[in-house]
Amino acid sequence: MTSMTREETEALIQEVLEVYPEKSAKDRAKHLTANDPAVEQSKKCITSNRKSLPGVMTIRGCAYAGSKGVVWGPIKDMIHVSHGPVGCGQYSRAGRRNYYVGMTGVNTFGTMNFTSDFQEKDIVFGGDKKLDKLVDEIEQLFPLNKGVTVQSECPIGLIGDDIEAVSKKKTKEKQKPVVPVRCEGFRGVSQSLGHHIANDAVRDWVLHNRDNDNRFESTPYDVTIIGDYNIGGDAWASRTLLEEMGLRVIAQWSGDGTLAEMENTPKAKLNLLHCYRSMNYISRHMEEKYGIPWMEYNFFGPTKIEESLRAIAARFDDKIKEGAERVIAKYKPLMEATIAKYRPRLEGKKVMLYVGGLRPRHIIGAYEDLGMEVVGTGYEFAHNDDYDRTIKEMGDSTLIYDDVTGYEFEEFVKKIKPDLIGSGIKEKYIFQKMGIPFRQMHSWDYSGPYHGYDGFAIFARDMDMTLNNPCWGKLQAPWKKTESESVTKAA
Amino acid sequence: MPKVMLRYSDKGKLLFYVAKKDQEDEIAKVEKDDENAWGGEVELTDGSKFYIDPISPPPKFPTTLMFKKA
Ligand code: SF4
Repeated sequence: MTSMTREETEALIQEVLEVYPEKSAKDRAKHLTANDPAVEQSKKCITSNRKSLPGVMTIRGCAYAGSKGVVWGPIKDMIHVSHGPVGCGQYSRAGRRNYYVGMTGVNTFGTMNFTSDFQEKDIVFGGDKKLDKLVDEIEQLFPLNKGVTVQSECPIGLIGDDIEAVSKKKTKEKQKPVVPVRCEGFRGVSQSLGHHIANDAVRDWVLHNRDNDNRFESTPYDVTIIGDYNIGGDAWASRTLLEEMGLRVIAQWSGDGTLAEMENTPKAKLNLLHCYRSMNYISRHMEEKYGIPWMEYNFFGPTKIEESLRAIAARFDDKIKEGAERVIAKYKPLMEATIAKYRPRLEGKKVMLYVGGLRPRHIIGAYEDLGMEVVGTGYEFAHNDDYDRTIKEMGDSTLIYDDVTGYEFEEFVKKIKPDLIGSGIKEKYIFQKMGIPFRQMHSWDYSGPYHGYDGFAIFARDMDMTLNNPCWGKLQAPWKKTESESVTKAA
Repeated sequence: MPKVMLRYSDKGKLLFYVAKKDQEDEIAKVEKDDENAWGGEVELTDGSKFYIDPISPPPKFPTTLMFKKA
């Protein structure tokens, strides 16, 4: 049960807002709310996808991060050029842990950083010639690449380079796709627009490439995994379940994905969408153009997995429905054992989340399976449709925060005193120093996978490992401890 | 003049999606919805109203159409 009443939650929000200047307080107030599951439309209680206020510490990324880092980056057999100065790509290199199989540098390029390394003269005279030359060099050094994407960084848009023209020319010369992506960091309010731009680039430059090519033999059970970035192997843990129930996964977008898979996606029977935020655009497009239906699913925690497997199976014949039941039954003992082991150690603990795309709502079920309760959640870059979906998942009067600022998050934590926080690397050390157990929920804190049944077992272990770690009792210097404290801590 | 994508929800209801505004609402009422034509005034579950000249024969969903604010 929630520990705070609606009045208390609202009072807390007011209290936190007090330090802001009047105008900022008014603006931020729209982004914070006490949840009311009865509300149908989130726009009535929360504002999202707005520009962050100047002067506050936001945790958002840029459009380039959304395109290069999230959507395009994991396509392993293409080379993604960070077009512009070297920093944007180098400082984010390989940070997202999108696992893939392949020989890096030979036929796959996921963890490498390619950049046009802009210098002053490129800014002054334009970088189109450099890009042209760079694509040739890539072709020479890495002949097994299947294509190139040009991920624009801020300066490209500012100096007005015509990357589309270069890309068209190079696509012809190379006979491989060279995809210009206009994802300059200054576009939009967060990485979210980068996802959209990347989706549009896929739509315009890739998706239709094999429309008249019928060599691909499809089956009635062809599905795709969309919006799973294979962080720590997530997509693999999901894929095995789908395959075990009798479906054939013909494409993974984009974790461990390839260009060919993307091009063959229009031949699928059903698109399975995990991250709604980053790939709903392309799913909607495929539904309209190719008539492929799409559905959202959630593979966090046995309750949600079971629901999702059944919902997916319902779209197919009895063979798949039986398959789903078989899979659920097969993993039941593993799940029961996991819950029996960890639930007693985690029962009743309170969690606060602040992540991106889908996790602030999707993981709630997994925590509930362990007897834990999510008392606050929020997104960096969600839109209203995400909050529509979140309101239903969260308990009454729990705290919801959109694009939370560093200050607000800290104050909320001080008051609510959760037992665990799940957020990103930028928040990690602040909260650990405050003595609160913390898991990075973007990169799974270098662990994973967390999707699927196998993932849940790892998830449960990790949460226990973090929460019940003896280090939390050792934060105070021994000589500063009072007698009674050291006794209770030791117990 | 919002560009609207229309698709069926899991429950078989027609959804009205405006990408620019992240608005996704069910359509509550359509003025004309028979085998000859589809369109006219469209009312959403949140009460907002839009207008489109009736299209005949009725369009196949999912599809994208231009609506006017009514
Ligand atoms: S905002 Fe611009 S300069 Fe900064 S990382 Fe993004 S693309 Fe690079």
